[in-house]
Amino acid sequence: MTWMLALPEIVLAVAGLIILLVGVMPKRDAFFPCSMAVIGALVVAAVLVLGQSEGTAFMGQYVADGFSRFAKLLILLGAALGLVLALDFNEKERLARFEFPVLVLFATLGMMVMVSANDLMSLYMGLELLSLSLYVIAAFDRDNERSAEAGLKYFVLGALASGLLLYGSSLVYGFAGTTNFDRLADALVADQVATGAIVGLVFVLAGLAFKISAVPFHMWTPDVYEGAPTPVTAFFASAPKVAAVALMMRVLIGPFGDLAPQWQQVIWVTSVGSMVLGAFAALGQNNIKRLMAYSSIGHVGYALIGLTVATGAGYRGVLVYMAIYLVMNIGTFAVLVAMRRQGRALERVDDLAGLGRTDPGMALWMAVFMFSMAGIPPLAGFFGKLYVFLAAVQQGYWTLAVVGVATSVVSAYYYLRIVKVMYFDEGVGALDARPTSLSVVMVGTGLLTLLFFAFPALVISAAEVAVASLAG
Amino acid sequence: MNVAGFPLLSLVTFLPLVGAAIILSIRGEDEVVARNARWTALWTSLITLALSLILWFRFDQGTAEFQFMEEAEWLPEFGVGYRMGVDGISVLFVLLATVLTPLCILASWESVQKRVRDYMIAFLVLESAMVGMFCALDFVLFFVFFEAVLIPMFLIIGVWGGARRVYAAFKFFLYTLAGSVLMLLALIAMWYHAGTTDITTLMETSFPRGMQTWLFLALFAAFAVKVPMWPVHTWLPDAHVEAPTAGSVILAGVLLKMGAYGFLRFSLPMLPEASAYFAPLVFALSVIAIVYTSLVALAQEDMKKLIAYSSVAHMGIVTLGIFTMTHQGISGAIFTMLSHGVVSGALFLCVGVLYDRVHSREILRYGGVAKIMPAYALVFMLFTMGSVALPGTAGFPGELLVIVGAFRVNPWVALGACLGMVLGAAYMLYLYRRVVFGRITRDDLKTLLDLSPREHAIFAPLILLTLWMGLYPSSFLSFFEASVANLVAQHEAALGAARLAGMVAQ
Repeated sequence: MTWMLALPEIVLAVAGLIILLVGVMPKRDAFFPCSMAVIGALVVAAVLVLGQSEGTAFMGQYVADGFSRFAKLLILLGAALGLVLALDFNEKERLARFEFPVLVLFATLGMMVMVSANDLMSLYMGLELLSLSLYVIAAFDRDNERSAEAGLKYFVLGALASGLLLYGSSLVYGFAGTTNFDRLADALVADQVATGAIVGLVFVLAGLAFKISAVPFHMWTPDVYEGAPTPVTAFFASAPKVAAVALMMRVLIGPFGDLAPQWQQVIWVTSVGSMVLGAFAALGQNNIKRLMAYSSIGHVGYALIGLTVATGAGYRGVLVYMAIYLVMNIGTFAVLVAMRRQGRALERVDDLAGLGRTDPGMALWMAVFMFSMAGIPPLAGFFGKLYVFLAAVQQGYWTLAVVGVATSVVSAYYYLRIVKVMYFDEGVGALDARPTSLSVVMVGTGLLTLLFFAFPALVISAAEVAVASLAG
Repeated sequence: MNVAGFPLLSLVTFLPLVGAAIILSIRGEDEVVARNARWTALWTSLITLALSLILWFRFDQGTAEFQFMEEAEWLPEFGVGYRMGVDGISVLFVLLATVLTPLCILASWESVQKRVRDYMIAFLVLESAMVGMFCALDFVLFFVFFEAVLIPMFLIIGVWGGARRVYAAFKFFLYTLAGSVLMLLALIAMWYHAGTTDITTLMETSFPRGMQTWLFLALFAAFAVKVPMWPVHTWLPDAHVEAPTAGSVILAGVLLKMGAYGFLRFSLPMLPEASAYFAPLVFALSVIAIVYTSLVALAQEDMKKLIAYSSVAHMGIVTLGIFTMTHQGISGAIFTMLSHGVVSGALFLCVGVLYDRVHSREILRYGGVAKIMPAYALVFMLFTMGSVALPGTAGFPGELLVIVGAFRVNPWVALGACLGMVLGAAYMLYLYRRVVFGRITRDDLKTLLDLSPREHAIFAPLILLTLWMGLYPSSFLSFFEASVANLVAQHEAALGAARLAGMVAQ
């Protein structure tokens, strides 16, 4: 009964279908109960993931191992927190429709399939399930022009990226004769790889780079982040990013492991490009969601340093980085979602002015997240950077390390600017009282960010186990 | 377990954070919160001071070993641990930080009226980071504290500072950050080479010659900015002028010492050959700093800016002393760091006294203060003399030792340091004359009140220290005697070994 291995996914899928059915029944919209049900399903799935045994299923299409467990737990956490952020926001913005949590659930399901994919086919299936759900929720505020534009833009570019990915997969299949990752790894041996397979690899990489919004496939990010409703942006910037990075790692390290010298060059360029663009393009942004979009591009650049290095230490660095990034990113977006004055959602940096006086608690957490994103110790973001730089220096990737630290100084400027606006500038009036759900997310993620230095070994050893199952 | 029988250094480091947490939990009317925050901060810092005094009494001066050691696992598989300990070089800086913090809190008692609670929290967090940095015996831990200092200081300058506070805060933060990220890379390289970040082990690790050069340059970037050395000193005058009085005191008193401490803790013992190789560069930069910034100080019209430039000049003497690699030079440098911490801190407080009353730091705004505030004039004079290194005050022994040390290495360098002393006398006396003597030209000055009891309480310990350090320097010198001797001996042994290896290779 190998299909039992995929129990977390199956439970999620069944739960999604049931909630979809039940959600249609009531006369009034069942946004809140459906959201709760989805969060419940995510928690159940997380418990099942924790107890999942390892192995492959569905004739080698699906694999469960330490790596997928690590990534899935992060994804489930990100999805659940993202949904919590939407609870109050969607009510206030008249977006409280029950399809929203269901779409988040299906996106999560897609991500889980992605990180467990052991075949180019299941990879594509998971990726498309994720993407289709994301296209819809990007445009969820359908009467809003910007949201509709975001959805359309994301759809058109996303479809193109999927096309690139499929084209690359077909090339790889054509030259290697299989789509299964294990058999691909056997077929693609260094020194005797057909050029076509390498071209295919590059196409696959391009498709994946789009999903993680790495340079030069980042163009959609600022517009989509800005246009989509804020909780949706929070979701975009957290769970799918972790999933896509995890997927990229699985594809590159597994089937294309022997081609490392080839893909390392590609990732090197994307990494440097993302770091530089993320640092400089955000300097002039006044819209805080756009700023966070560039910030996320930069963070992906840092994470990719670890992948470029292509060692166990590097991979571990990527996982630790993504875990930390997920937490501080959700926290930052909790603050962004809470930005609301007289019932109107705000998204300019200047709207935070004087927050240090009007809402010291929120300002404090926001400052924690900003200093952490800038990589100032003792906050979590510093440790994320430390581990990827450590891996880079070990392998002598000095250029990457130097570009990394230089861009982190540049990007420190715009993170500091937010702190400056909150604390140094004169206030423009208090924000509306924030709902409890946001405060809980804010304080929870804030404490994790603040106190990471006290228990780094927990996360790091978990990442260690995950990497061992992948590269071992 | 250590001599004290309990984790003393951790307690001294983290007690301020406990105080900050207590202040954070205070609720109520603004007025009540402010009062409680002030008292909690004062008591926390006083208890911290009392605890740290154990170091003064129980520290064994006869050995160069690290004392009061503590160790706990942090990231065992990486060779990173939570290690704390002090030796002769660092112990007095811990005390300097714990002495200055309560004085700073007292000095801000009335001058800080807005957001008192946040201010006190920032100060206690700052104290925690400063003390931790001097106690850290693990490079990663050191780096964490070294950088953590930036956050509270950024807020202190930016929230409670003067007109151009935002510019100054950003400049301070980004300058220092740019330097220290390079140190991070050096840290990682050393970590990878040695397999651990334990400072005591790193001191015994020998790094290849070629690697030392790069490591030295990366560390130099971080420490030179922090010292600050010419030409990367420009953040300091801005930060000093815009920071509130207490912020300037801590900045000049303790934060500037972090760079020089870094040289003593890392560059010299871990990278001996590169240090010897780059010593002429450091001499040149130091002499330029001494002469150039002294001349710049002469031309200043803002009291704080003048003292800020004088700090750069004094720190030039410190870096010069450190890189002479002689016993006298290094002892003198450490002593100068301590005396500068006390004296320049006190000078900023003196400026603060006038600023609180008149709200101007412009030198020409004053004149004839001696007639209205005789006690203040006396105090100010003492610290002015301390700054010009008059024998009998704190400034003298250190600078004398540095000059002696420098003379052994290169008489011309010693001449540069002497020039600094002469120019120092010029700008400080010029400042003093214009502010304190002369006729009273402005009517509003006539109503000034002399030092209040609170201000007397702030200045008393600093006066005591200035005279004590000047009249009986050996009670301080004896603390770092053994450590400095050991440092110099190790350095010479390492250079000797390298020379021998070079000869064998030929």
